[in-house]
Amino acid sequence: MADTADTPTPMGGKSGDNRPALALHVPEPRSRPGDPVNFADVTMTEPGSQPRPDESTKPEEMKDLAYDLVRVLGDDNKAHGPWDPKLDPDTLRTMLGHMAMVRAFDERMFRGQRQGKTSFYMKCTGEEATSVASSMALASDDMVFPSYRQQGILIARGYPLIEMINQIYSNKGDKLKGRQLPIMYSSREHSFFSISGNLATQTPQAVGWAMASAIKGDSRIAATWVGEGSTAEGDFHSACTFATVYNAPVILNVINNQWAISSFSGFAGGERTTFAARGLGYGIASLRVDGNDALACFAAQRWAANRARANHGPSLIEYFTYRAEGHSTSDDPSGYRSAQEREEWPLGDPVMRLKNHLIAIGEWDEDRQAVMDKACADEVKATTKEAEKNGILGHGLHHPFHTMFEDVFEELPWHLKEQADQATRERKIKWPDHHPKDGAGK
Amino acid sequence: MNAQTKDMNAAGTGGDTGNDTGSERRINMIEAINEALDVMLARDPDVVVMGEDVGYFGGVFRCTAGLQEKHGKTRVFDTPINECGIIGAAVGMGAYGLRPVPEIQFADYIYPGLDQLISEAARLRYRSANEYIAPMTVRSPFGGGIFGGQTHSQSPESLFTHVAGLKTVIPATPYDAKGLLISCIEDNDPVIFFEPKRIYNGPFTGFYDKPVEPWKKHADSIVPEGYYKIPLGKARHVAEGEALTVLAYGTMVHVAEAVCKEKGIDADILDLRTLVPLDIEAIEASVKKTGRCLIVHEATRTSGFGSELSALVTERCFYHLEAPVERVTGFDTPYPHSLEWAYFPGPVRIGEAIDKILSE
Repeated sequence: MADTADTPTPMGGKSGDNRPALALHVPEPRSRPGDPVNFADVTMTEPGSQPRPDESTKPEEMKDLAYDLVRVLGDDNKAHGPWDPKLDPDTLRTMLGHMAMVRAFDERMFRGQRQGKTSFYMKCTGEEATSVASSMALASDDMVFPSYRQQGILIARGYPLIEMINQIYSNKGDKLKGRQLPIMYSSREHSFFSISGNLATQTPQAVGWAMASAIKGDSRIAATWVGEGSTAEGDFHSACTFATVYNAPVILNVINNQWAISSFSGFAGGERTTFAARGLGYGIASLRVDGNDALACFAAQRWAANRARANHGPSLIEYFTYRAEGHSTSDDPSGYRSAQEREEWPLGDPVMRLKNHLIAIGEWDEDRQAVMDKACADEVKATTKEAEKNGILGHGLHHPFHTMFEDVFEELPWHLKEQADQATRERKIKWPDHHPKDGAGK
Repeated sequence: MNAQTKDMNAAGTGGDTGNDTGSERRINMIEAINEALDVMLARDPDVVVMGEDVGYFGGVFRCTAGLQEKHGKTRVFDTPINECGIIGAAVGMGAYGLRPVPEIQFADYIYPGLDQLISEAARLRYRSANEYIAPMTVRSPFGGGIFGGQTHSQSPESLFTHVAGLKTVIPATPYDAKGLLISCIEDNDPVIFFEPKRIYNGPFTGFYDKPVEPWKKHADSIVPEGYYKIPLGKARHVAEGEALTVLAYGTMVHVAEAVCKEKGIDADILDLRTLVPLDIEAIEASVKKTGRCLIVHEATRTSGFGSELSALVTERCFYHLEAPVERVTGFDTPYPHSLEWAYFPGPVRIGEAIDKILSE
């Protein structure tokens, strides 16, 4: 062999040559069940210390903000620095109220699933600010393309709780006719796109919507939410490419809650760089934000909205947060991660932090918080009872039988008519005592 | 206008439609598609045309030539080479209220966009209970016969006919291409519009060693100017006959017709035009009349659309059949480059199948 490389290297390549053996890196999270946790790798920044560039700033002139962490709320519970959105106390109390309501709603719905009232639920505990505070920074008619953990947007936009519960129960009051898995809401009236369940598909759709708005010379922008794990999907890269190519008025929100079911963010590339940094390669303005800091969430989203509305282009915002509970009712996080993680998560709880801020500025107190929390719980409880009059999953009172075949196409083609007839025949055999006219079959 | 088009004879050919016809013009399928897009861009401000190379350049097959110049860069524009993004953006545009007409440069390139088509566009109306729809028409050249090799020759229609919520349309003439495409663009459901690229310039008959006849000599190249529609779900009666029924679409309509002509077979030939929704009435009427049925498509055989057609004919016309239903299809191999004419379901394969059906 002419190859005379003499660098000392470990030997053992299976091919028998003298090149070093390759090693595959399979990421491992910082802790597994029973392990002590260590958040030394989570770099904290001083709240208020991050610069706030003008909304027209070129992405390459604000690169540092893709690696930094924009924070407003300090350990003293005061707001600091140029990212302080300077919201009035009423707005802050409204924000806190929405976040408390999301938490109360999640508690009740999770319990409902455990009681067998529905098949599935997903909480957003610990991530309330990333949907509530962020969506409050948008106009109410800006179009949102959420993922599955943004119930906070609907609550912030005033979507009736009973509609959410009817959907979760797939009952006869469900506007989606019992067709979708629980929590896959849709509300055109609230500019809230139909949730898919396939991951990251909503991201290029949001860009397309934003492109359409720009084609039409409209003033509305689009925003989408996607988990850090789902940024590994090709759709997310399609979205980034289209967003930058057409300078689309869109905000790509990446919720980095560190866990995709049992896979930690390392399986989406999180060991190598930040998720915000993904935007830089596309020439998209990118921010990395404390996702448990409601004021930082609001401020970042408002910055990106201003940028999009002024035709300065898309933004990517990474919200650094923590999924405090399981992925859904179908998994038990104690089987794959240390229970201590939640307790020692250094960025705290977003609801507590906002509450403590309001108290620190003299606009709130523990008694009012207790009254509000009880009011939220009572409202959710009463609404749940109301919704249960429309039925719960698997106990009748679902949508009329024939609706199964509707909306596949605008009009019913012959083959679906034939299949609908068959379903009706089967029904008479399976449930002979049932009267078809009452429209609510067992 | 609508009343006229609704009453239109499904078997109508150029010049006899009662639509707003002009003089008797003869154009090829590319020009017909271009006209349909032009008409709809002018008629409906919500129509947008997008795809790889469709803008300034006018498309690799020239189907969008001149449209950007005429209708502007925000109505007709190039896209990144990213089919997932093209279809995904079209879903979002449809949710906004636009009527996007994305082009996928070759049907073989459509697969990166499948999730957006199958899981998103096709089910959006259903999953949102009619709150959001995906009124897009995905145009794409398909089929072989141009020495395109395995990535520029495929016929993936049965991947789409299998999906609840998608319509699949395939024209076989310039007249149909224009009228069907206009119907697709106006349709409120997502439509896959496959253009048989082998017959863009002339009705290829499968006799690859003979000179191709240009569209100008074919009656169905007489295409009215302006707006007209051909309803989806209506087959075209290509030839009336008694000996056997031939079910075909796209390029294979012309191949089957030429073979029957050459063999002197009195065939009842249906150009299906729309696979979903399918014109089951026309199929049943024809097979019950002839008692024999040949299905011809260029796509691979196993689980091809011919399987569905064969099952439907057997289920519905069994007691009228004089012979087993026969399928002539492409082979279950990738589309070979140098052996294209050995692969193509041409006159020999069709001729043999006809002989077999008629000998029973």
